[in-house]
Amino acid sequence: MMRIEIVKRPQHSALFSALSPFIALFLTLIAGAILFSILGKNPISALDSYFVEPLTEVWSIHELLVKAAPLILIAVGLSVCFLSNNWNIGAEGQFIAGGIAGSILPVVFPDFQGWYVLPIMLLLGMAGGMAYATIPAYLKVRFNTNEILTSLMLVYVAQLFLDWLVRGPWRNPQGYNFPETVQFSDSAVLPAIWPDSGRAHWGFALAIIAAVLVWFMLSRTLNGFEIKVLGRSSRAGRFAGFSAGRLTFFAFLVSGALAGLAGIAEVSGAVGQLRTSISPGYGFTAIIVAFLGRLNPLGIIAAGLVLALSYLGGEAAQISLGISEKSARIFQGIILFFVLASDSLIYYRIRIVSRLSDTALKGA
Amino acid sequence: MTGTITKDGSEIPLLEAEKLTKIFGTLKACDGIDLKIGTGEIHALLGENGAGKSTLVKMLFGALQPTSGDIAWKGEGVNVASPAMGRSLGIGMVFQHFSLFDALTAAENIALSLDEKSPLDTIAARAREIGQTYGLPVDPDALVGDLSVGERQRIEIIRCLLQNPDLIILDEPTSVLTPQEADLLFVTLERLRSEGKSILYISHRLEEVRRLCDRATVLRHGKVVGQCDPRTQTAASLARMMVGNDIHVIERLPAEWTDRIPLIEVNGLSQRPRGPFSVALHDISLSINGGEILGIAGVAGNGQGELFEAISGEVLQERPQVVRIRGTDAGRIGISARRKLGAAFVPEERLGHGAVPDMSLTNNLLLSRHSTDRKMFLTGGVLKLVSESSLASAAKRIVTQMDVRKSAENPDASALSGGNLQKFLIGRELDRNPSVIVVNQPTWGVDAGAAAHIRQALVDLARSGSAVIVISQDLDELFEISDRIAAMVHGRLSESVPIEAMTMERVGLMMGGADAAAGAA
Repeated sequence: MMRIEIVKRPQHSALFSALSPFIALFLTLIAGAILFSILGKNPISALDSYFVEPLTEVWSIHELLVKAAPLILIAVGLSVCFLSNNWNIGAEGQFIAGGIAGSILPVVFPDFQGWYVLPIMLLLGMAGGMAYATIPAYLKVRFNTNEILTSLMLVYVAQLFLDWLVRGPWRNPQGYNFPETVQFSDSAVLPAIWPDSGRAHWGFALAIIAAVLVWFMLSRTLNGFEIKVLGRSSRAGRFAGFSAGRLTFFAFLVSGALAGLAGIAEVSGAVGQLRTSISPGYGFTAIIVAFLGRLNPLGIIAAGLVLALSYLGGEAAQISLGISEKSARIFQGIILFFVLASDSLIYYRIRIVSRLSDTALKGA
Repeated sequence: MTGTITKDGSEIPLLEAEKLTKIFGTLKACDGIDLKIGTGEIHALLGENGAGKSTLVKMLFGALQPTSGDIAWKGEGVNVASPAMGRSLGIGMVFQHFSLFDALTAAENIALSLDEKSPLDTIAARAREIGQTYGLPVDPDALVGDLSVGERQRIEIIRCLLQNPDLIILDEPTSVLTPQEADLLFVTLERLRSEGKSILYISHRLEEVRRLCDRATVLRHGKVVGQCDPRTQTAASLARMMVGNDIHVIERLPAEWTDRIPLIEVNGLSQRPRGPFSVALHDISLSINGGEILGIAGVAGNGQGELFEAISGEVLQERPQVVRIRGTDAGRIGISARRKLGAAFVPEERLGHGAVPDMSLTNNLLLSRHSTDRKMFLTGGVLKLVSESSLASAAKRIVTQMDVRKSAENPDASALSGGNLQKFLIGRELDRNPSVIVVNQPTWGVDAGAAAHIRQALVDLARSGSAVIVISQDLDELFEISDRIAAMVHGRLSESVPIEAMTMERVGLMMGGADAAAGAA
């Protein structure tokens, strides 16, 4: 009888730790090529139109930055959560909560205008995301509830609430019954960085700033040290005098704020109004971004661009290859699979055990 | 006895290992070991931590395969491919860490390990019978979770005896027993010897080896460095063989009772168990003056860990006056605030409690010192930037002071050997000159040289005016360094007895739950 066993490696290779994201991307491309050939497409030209063509034109590079901005913002916040062992899976909900809260001014008070409108909207967006992230944090600290479940379930609550808002009280009366709010006035729209060449908005700049700030906090400050200690060993963290409960709130508040900021930046910068479809699953894709970036905010910038490319590739593939844009989701899933698999194989090796040596193990 | 005689008249040993070598990567854990175990003898295997004892017996038992060398069993060359094969040859092993399921009864645990399928009643009856024959009283129907460590060990031994082995390997069997329980075990072992069974007895406790064993093989750095009849040796000469040079004797000046101010007090500490594997504490009180070392003896799992966490502030008390540090009520304040009052703590578990395994030494230095030495290690005001340079110089100071041996400039905690990490963790606290230090198992799994270094450092700290609490299962250690000794049993702490009035027997009775005064009578 044979059995497959996963054994921890005594040492892990630093070289392969660094290479692992690239190995994962390479394997994703191979899996993608196989997928395209099964669909009857020429794998080389399909991969070309998926991953290379979007990078050849200025406007599509702008689109890349538009898509990367929310991914990076959310993933940077998630890195704080994941490093501290808080599994916030509900960034999508916090993104929507931020989008809704930030839209209060332009939707409910459209006449309120001025330079200060935009900063207030951004702050409200962050506050909305934070408030929404407080719920799973409180449930975890107070009742020891599993935050994976609560934060995930709250995503659907947020989606349905948004749906109700834009179909009901916030619907644009002149919008021909489409589930949309009014178009935001100019003072409520996050401007483009280089308006002459494309629509990449200042959300991307905010994402870079957030990544650098969080990177600095994680690598240089006592707060970052606390996050890493409690994430690795709660008992050693308690011995150090750090409070796991306080850190859970901190991590959820930071990631909620950044997801909320991503939400309002997307609504105000990329969409220009609140709709039911403000997110193609950014909050979930950002989980992949966070891991592909090895939970390092600077790595997350690069990973965010890669995953943004998968969205663009999906759109391009729909046009040029005639396959569903849902193929982007498949690619994202494959990337996550290979990232996690290569990471696991760095720390563990697979062993096939026969019956004989199996008993030897038990005795030891 | 039952040994086979060869043609030339010499007796064939029960087990003979020749040039047994095991290489892990670049490390020669065992290097050309020759070992002969005769029939009906208790053979001691002596050596410090890391000398290769465990590797050697695992090869004999079949849990590890030798890189080279031969094993002969009753005169015939064998290849012990697995523990199952070891058992079928007639080699039984009782491990240091028991492999019993708490939620099952003794008989069920025994049944699990047997290859045959007998009804539970039969197994229980046989276990009871063997228990009676060998002086190992155990109720086969009792839940293992409710049994003491000594009783659990008996189950392991019965489980081993049920397979009717010729050779029984015991790995540090007395490390978890009170002196009285150990005496009972010795009776059992002598009885087994008188029946012609052989025992390979692994220990680092020299007195009991001298008392019990017929022959001893001493290992150092994976090599056999001596074979002797332990009964003709002294403990000191055995220790010299094990360590390779004379062991540093702890210098302990008499305590000066100039200031009799209690630096740490615990008043009526009671606490409910915090989980299924936690022990309740009952009305614990203690008070230690500056200059004194209080030793707390006790078999593992009698509430020592819970007491440590209550004093350290990892678990808070309801009333502030339950714990007082340097005259300040500290029962409601956390570990950082208690450290700021001048207290320091070294927990039992090094990796995962006292240190984060995959973090560097400097980071692990910051772990317990970030609040007390904020000015030194943190800059940038409210930003609290970590100053790597001052951490590095402080770590260097501790490494020199405590003679920590490491392979890299700033390795991860898990890359250090147990002894060197422990020296670093004790040094991390001593570097602050704490007025109170609480240490749980200071030298558990630490080699003799490092242990002596650590004990001396604790004695020196006390003599410079600090109050020291040492929780330990190693009675020799407590007798070596303590001014007073108390014992913990079932979450209660006995009265402390001055070292001058303390004997091994008395502390044994206290550890078994007898009142200290009754023990003296």
